[in-house]
Amino acid sequence: MSRISENNLTGIARTRRTLTRPQRTTIVYGILSLVLTLVILQLWLITATMNAFLGGDSAVIWPAAGASAVCLFLNLGLLRYLYVIERPSSGK
Amino acid sequence: MSHHHPTMSPDKRPDDQQPQWRQDFPIDVAQDDYVARRDFTKFLVLISGGFVTGQFWIGLQNWMRSHRGKPPVYRIANLSELPVEGSITFKYPGPHDDCILVRPTEQSLVAYSQKCTHLACPVIPDQSGKCFHCPAHHGVFEMGTGRVISGPPRRPLPKITLEVRGSDIYATGVEVSTV
Repeated sequence: MSRISENNLTGIARTRRTLTRPQRTTIVYGILSLVLTLVILQLWLITATMNAFLGGDSAVIWPAAGASAVCLFLNLGLLRYLYVIERPSSGK
Repeated sequence: MSHHHPTMSPDKRPDDQQPQWRQDFPIDVAQDDYVARRDFTKFLVLISGGFVTGQFWIGLQNWMRSHRGKPPVYRIANLSELPVEGSITFKYPGPHDDCILVRPTEQSLVAYSQKCTHLACPVIPDQSGKCFHCPAHHGVFEMGTGRVISGPPRRPLPKITLEVRGSDIYATGVEVSTV
């Protein structure tokens, strides 16, 4: 593992140790808002894509699928952070 | 007896001022909120994955549609069977695809998929208004073009291309569009 990623992990672990429950709740609310926004964007994408597909327009299908996949990866990144702040600290 | 538990009551009063049932079964409201929001976030990410699956399913359906080839040529009826302002229903291109052929004037013929583009209810020709009417949710389509005049549908009716050979009417293809 490189020095930079070790430093990052130490930083996350340090942050986790110092977070109080109200702070963690605020972070969860922040993540929830971002995830909700991305999911609404995905809902709009699938509605528009289905309409285009049923209307015989296939040009938008793969770009929309790509954009939706990007949203999913962003959501998975946010979810990973959610697990990171919950993981019990070994330094305790 | 004094005991300590890390909970917070909704009214923020100390434990000894709480009713007995709350002292016996303390609920940590802040923790409860935290867990609920966290689990809802996880659920939303699952939904997000579902949307991506749906997008790729549409892509797969589109690929299958593009490899299906041209629809067959199908004889619908003879011109003598269809009076002016009359209509005939038929199945095209598949055995479950309901379509309707209309003769608005002596010299014109139009055919469309009979499924309303809103929720697939069958549309009915209205010769007086020169339109197709969906009785389920009052969608109205122009008879000449299949375009939406009013109601909840967002796309025109898929048009069946026709060819008259001798005195027989044939369906030769399906044209779909978004506007």
